Amino acid sequence: MSRRRVSPSLLPGFGPALGVTLLFLSLVVLAPLAALLATTLRGTPREFLAAVSTPRVVAAVRLSVLVSLGAAAVSALLGLLLGWVLVRYRFPGRRLLDTLVDLPFALPTAVAGITLTTLYAPTGWLGRPLAALGVPVAFTPLGIGVALVFLGLPFTVRTLQPVLASLDPEVEEAAASLGATRLETFRRVLLPELLPALLTGSTLAFARGLGEYGSVVFISGNMPMRTEIAPLLVMTKLEQYDVAGATALATLLLVASFLLLLVLNRLEAWAARAVR
Amino acid sequence: MSIEVRSVSKSFGSFLALDDVSLRVGDGELVALLGPSGGGKTSLLRIIAGLEEPDRGTVLFHGEDATRRDARERRVGFVFQHYALFRRMTVFENVAFGLRVKPRGERPSEADVKRRVGELLKLVQLDWLGDRLPSELSGGQRQRVALARALAVEPKVLLLDEPFGSLDARVRQELRRWLRRLHDEIRLTSLFVTHDQEEALEVADRVVLLDRGRVVQDGTPADLFEHPADPFVLDFLGSVNIFHGRVENGRAHLGPLSVAYPDAPHDGALPASGYARPWEIDLSRDLEGVEGFPATVRHVAAAGAVVRLELAPDDGTILKVEISRERFAELAPSPGDRLRVVPRNVRVFLGGPGQG
Repeated sequence: MSRRRVSPSLLPGFGPALGVTLLFLSLVVLAPLAALLATTLRGTPREFLAAVSTPRVVAAVRLSVLVSLGAAAVSALLGLLLGWVLVRYRFPGRRLLDTLVDLPFALPTAVAGITLTTLYAPTGWLGRPLAALGVPVAFTPLGIGVALVFLGLPFTVRTLQPVLASLDPEVEEAAASLGATRLETFRRVLLPELLPALLTGSTLAFARGLGEYGSVVFISGNMPMRTEIAPLLVMTKLEQYDVAGATALATLLLVASFLLLLVLNRLEAWAARAVR
Repeated sequence: MSIEVRSVSKSFGSFLALDDVSLRVGDGELVALLGPSGGGKTSLLRIIAGLEEPDRGTVLFHGEDATRRDARERRVGFVFQHYALFRRMTVFENVAFGLRVKPRGERPSEADVKRRVGELLKLVQLDWLGDRLPSELSGGQRQRVALARALAVEPKVLLLDEPFGSLDARVRQELRRWLRRLHDEIRLTSLFVTHDQEEALEVADRVVLLDRGRVVQDGTPADLFEHPADPFVLDFLGSVNIFHGRVENGRAHLGPLSVAYPDAPHDGALPASGYARPWEIDLSRDLEGVEGFPATVRHVAAAGAVVRLELAPDDGTILKVEISRERFAELAPSPGDRLRVVPRNVRVFLGGPGQG
């Protein structure tokens, strides 16, 4: 039976392949994280707790997590809609639209941030009418959300698209001929199919949002306790030579996002269980 | 409930899929919609189900105009060619779907759903597979789940799109006999699409032959087989030998063959073709006879209920002939033998090669 491992393959065998993978992962991911933990562990638990429980830190973490979650949810909805339109309909400009979806991946985040800020500032094209309606966007948590949706949307669209393309329209017709309304068909037939991809996409969007810095700092206004996000607070603390505080906060963020990703992964696995 | 289609036309872009098609399926009838691929059969079925809208014409259920009625209100059971099962639901849930999505007032209780689905699964002989997923079933089993799912909502009519199209030959034969028995049992007005003439002729009470968007012939299987309306029907319903030639003075001269043709008594020659089924041709060792023409045996396939031969008349064509095993024993032909070919039945249609 041991001969079965020697399967012809384009890639080098299991040993070298795993070795390279682990080395790369260590250099790029594990080493920096280990350094972060080491720095944090230099202080006492009491110091760590003190550093992460100041009202300013709590507010920043809370804001980051909540806005990222909200933005991920909105990205999921918009991504579903956009993916559906791109997959199901043929219209002039579809390819262009399809390409534009990836733009947030390529655009320097600072450019995106400055553009969004200009647009949504109380003097901007969109900001002025919105402010007149009593909905200020720039320099509020809503503004942060807008920036994060901009960044998160490609993740949800791109994870949903292949799943949407694999759905046979005949299945929806079958549901209709069995008497199901559009809503019932969506809820009972389409949603179970889409849920795993929807969760994957939102998880990626959420993770991206939690760590995002460049595009948010411009539009958020960075008011402590109100629109200051956690990654920015880490920067601020570093600039004030509060390395212990910065690493403590970074560790907290790391652990929090790791736990959240773990939960979402379990959800995904649960949602994907029925498909074989 | 009867189905009636009146003068329905449908085009997709510049392609005319259905051209003024009318047909009727009587209450409790099992009708086959037969034709080559791309003939418009599936479009017609989808229009009847309300999944597609006709450009012109009307669809009537039980005499009532249903052309504008929504698919979900037509009470039509539709079985898709590729089954279209809900892949994340078990077989049980697939069949129960139609019951679970009924409006709140009509929705049966959980116990009723269980009982009803159990009955249906028993009817399609799959009651032991209720908790499987569609991906764990064979093609024939999926087909039967699709049928049970369609029957769950007690449809007034049943439409099946190439119900056996993607199954292998043996399963297909088994399943179509089963479908016939099932129909005799439940007597549900049914229309099924197929491109397989054997299937249509074997299963259906009546066959509607559709080609290039038009109804070519509509009749019982025996009708179509014995009295084909034109060469297309003749050719489509089974293997046939074609002789090209002309008619004049009350006779048809078709290559080596000459038969009476009283419909053209005048002396103006018209192009025509004669058709004879392989089993409508006799062979004889008597080379001096007056009827028929001589030909050389090319190939003999003696394995089967009948013996199939290929013969070459002197004009360079190839002739297919089927004779009984008894006749084969009498004649004992082998490749290279000269035999006399005597067609017993030749159908003559006007028109030259490539026409009609």
